[in-house]
Amino acid sequence: MVKIEHGRLQEHPIVDFKRGKEVTIYFNDQPVKAYEGETVAAALYAAGVRVFSRSFRWHRPRGFFCAIGKCSACMMEVDGIPNVRTCKVYVRDGMQVRTQSGLPDAEKDVFSILDDVIDKVFPHGSHYSKFTTSKKVREFMVKRMRKFTGFGNPPRAVFQGRAELEEIETDVLVVGGGPGGMSAAINAGKYGAKVLLVDENPFLGGQLVKQTHRFFGSAKERAGTRGIRIAGILEEELMGIENVEVRKETRVFGIYNGEAGAYQRLNDDEGKLLRIRAKKIVVATGAYERTLIFENNDLPGVYGAGGVQTLMNVYGIKPGNMGLIVGSGNVGLILTYQLMQAGVNVAAIVEAMPRIGGYFVHAAKVRRLGVPIYVRHTILKAKGRKSVEGAVIAKLDDRWQPIPGTEKEIKCDFICVAVGLSPTHELLYQAGCEMKFVPELGGIVPLRSKFNETSVKGLYVAGDVAGIEEATAAIMEGRIAGIHVAVTLGYGGEEAKKELEEAVKEIEEFRAGPFGERIVNGLKKCTLEDEVIS
Amino acid sequence: MSLGYLERGYLEKEELPPFPSEERLKKKTVAYIECPQPIPCSPCFESCPANAIEMKNINDPPKVDYEKCTGCMKCIRVCPGLAIFMLRLRDDGMGEVTLQYEFLPWLKKGDRVKLYNRKGEEVGEGVVNWVLPPERNDNTSLVRVEVPAELIFEVRAVRPVG
Ligand SMILES: Cc1cc2nc3c(=O)[nH]c(=O)nc-3n(C[C@H](O)[C@H](O)[C@H](O)COP(=O)(O)OP(=O)(O)OC[C@H]3O[C@@H](n4cnc5c(N)ncnc54)[C@H](O)[C@@H]3O)c2cc1C
Ligand code: SF4
Ligand code: SF4
Ligand code: FES
Repeated sequence: MVKIEHGRLQEHPIVDFKRGKEVTIYFNDQPVKAYEGETVAAALYAAGVRVFSRSFRWHRPRGFFCAIGKCSACMMEVDGIPNVRTCKVYVRDGMQVRTQSGLPDAEKDVFSILDDVIDKVFPHGSHYSKFTTSKKVREFMVKRMRKFTGFGNPPRAVFQGRAELEEIETDVLVVGGGPGGMSAAINAGKYGAKVLLVDENPFLGGQLVKQTHRFFGSAKERAGTRGIRIAGILEEELMGIENVEVRKETRVFGIYNGEAGAYQRLNDDEGKLLRIRAKKIVVATGAYERTLIFENNDLPGVYGAGGVQTLMNVYGIKPGNMGLIVGSGNVGLILTYQLMQAGVNVAAIVEAMPRIGGYFVHAAKVRRLGVPIYVRHTILKAKGRKSVEGAVIAKLDDRWQPIPGTEKEIKCDFICVAVGLSPTHELLYQAGCEMKFVPELGGIVPLRSKFNETSVKGLYVAGDVAGIEEATAAIMEGRIAGIHVAVTLGYGGEEAKKELEEAVKEIEEFRAGPFGERIVNGLKKCTLEDEVIS
Repeated sequence: MSLGYLERGYLEKEELPPFPSEERLKKKTVAYIECPQPIPCSPCFESCPANAIEMKNINDPPKVDYEKCTGCMKCIRVCPGLAIFMLRLRDDGMGEVTLQYEFLPWLKKGDRVKLYNRKGEEVGEGVVNWVLPPERNDNTSLVRVEVPAELIFEVRAVRPVG
């Protein structure tokens, strides 16, 4: 069996967890053992912490959800700085971490009794109409209310570091170092364009770093190879191109008339502001996980499927003993298999559709290991007080309504929501791209040409941010965007133009099957008139 | 209308691909592929040195020509769907099923295992008589189990006894 120590997997069939030096962090003044390279949220989870914060109105307990910095459920005060997403900061010896909502802390919050009564005392919206007798009273009460809601205190620490500004000129800026971004950088770079690729993480690979399974696709796109290895292969290729520069821990916060602003973290006390002037920008910022409406869906123990993958496959931390998976797309099916590989049981997979959403072969893998798959079923509620202790599922009728009397109780200590992703499109909006809601592509996506150029000239997209698909498609899109960028900047000549045509043809073939049909339909709704390359 | 395997997560008898002939199964091990759905995937096809796998395009489900298949096991090493099984009937009346295995503890030759069918029901016990160790195939071990002859089209998963 799989050996566990301090909540951490000691062995795993696929991953060899390399933990850094042992350090001690302090959580609400209690020492917690952690290893360098772990995020604060991961280390706390391994130590058994489940309540990360309290909701600001009802003071309901909240756990982490996404583990990749996109949902804010894990915010705490770290070394005196409030509202830090603990799933994105790494532990350091002596670090002081506190929950910032709840009295005395999030775990024991006495205000949680309000869950039942607050609506009677302060009906929703009443903070606008109450305490308005005088400005003084109002100001005093607003301060109290802020404190009460747990948005954190303003930093007590005074900024001690140095702030520098660096101005950068480059041909191409690639935002995001997942498969889409890396592929774009490789393909623009290999024809001679000067490329800067930035990613906010201290590592490259994006979502690939938690995908321990072998990939689908064609051998040319490295199918049959594990996702985690593909990340390494792409990174090596990238590093081999001289005119490509990579900056990690660098987050782009805005694109203004073709210029990008970014913040690069250098070390614990130093960082710098970057002003990047690029002739072309490729945005490959990926996606975030969606959630689902059901009773108690905010209870600690209800996690995003990707969040659980991060915890388990990147940090080697066991999410629980018995999981329930909601959603039978590839993500839910693959996660089920990965949980079993880590020695975690899966009670069931529930799916609202009348059929399994992902690939049959992924379903067959877990079905033959005894995991039931309930199609036409949904989750009605999560049970438990401070964390998940079970769930209730029920059968759905033809009109997607739960059929009374079909409720079934499932014993589990965590629930993974695997109901899809939505593009991380904020930068595109802010840059002024024309956007459109296309359900087939996972939500609001930019209009784009068949070479992935958006309505803002010189601004390209690749990967999940252009529409939720998968890594192979992200790599193919990155290739198309990268080569088109190179060609329009005058690099690569005939050879590049020929490769571009091939790349477009290849992705069309890839999407020709029934799984691609949806994507193709979605793309029809947001493709700008074809451009001709002269 | 029944949606068949996509509703259940496993194939029923009538949904299985054609069986190799008994004669072929007796000659040497042969690849049997349970991958009926059109998905964009082709490493089995690309890895086959004998051209025994037919696939018209990347979305076409693979079909094995059992006469061409040499039993080289290239395809089963790489299949991301864990959908390929090597089957053989021995002269002594026993059968052999080789499958991909990615769990701890790793299985070794001589280990007794419980046998499971496509639905996860236990159908008996068997003995491992050969493995390709995980380190030789990027942590996908290949495990060959000895099973009663009539179970070679049934056994699709194994777990260590105990
Ligand atoms: C459970 C699961 C299983 C999957 N299985 C498969 C599979 O079998 N086969 C397959 O092909 N695909 C699979 N995928 C899908 C695949 O992982 C994604 O489609 C792919 O990673 C998308 O690539 P990307 O480059 O668009 O985005 P991502 O990989 O998400 O990378 C985006 C990167 O951008 C960075 N970033 C975001 N915003 C900023 C910013 N403002 N500044 C700087 N950096 C930023 C992020 O840190 C991240 O590193 C799976 C996904 C999941 C979740
Ligand atoms: S076993 Fe070898 S010959 Fe047979 S189908 Fe697989 S790769 Fe081809
Ligand atoms: S490699 Fe496996 S999953 Fe992919 S098409 Fe071949 S048999 Fe199916
Ligand atoms: S932002 Fe940290 S868990 Fe989502």
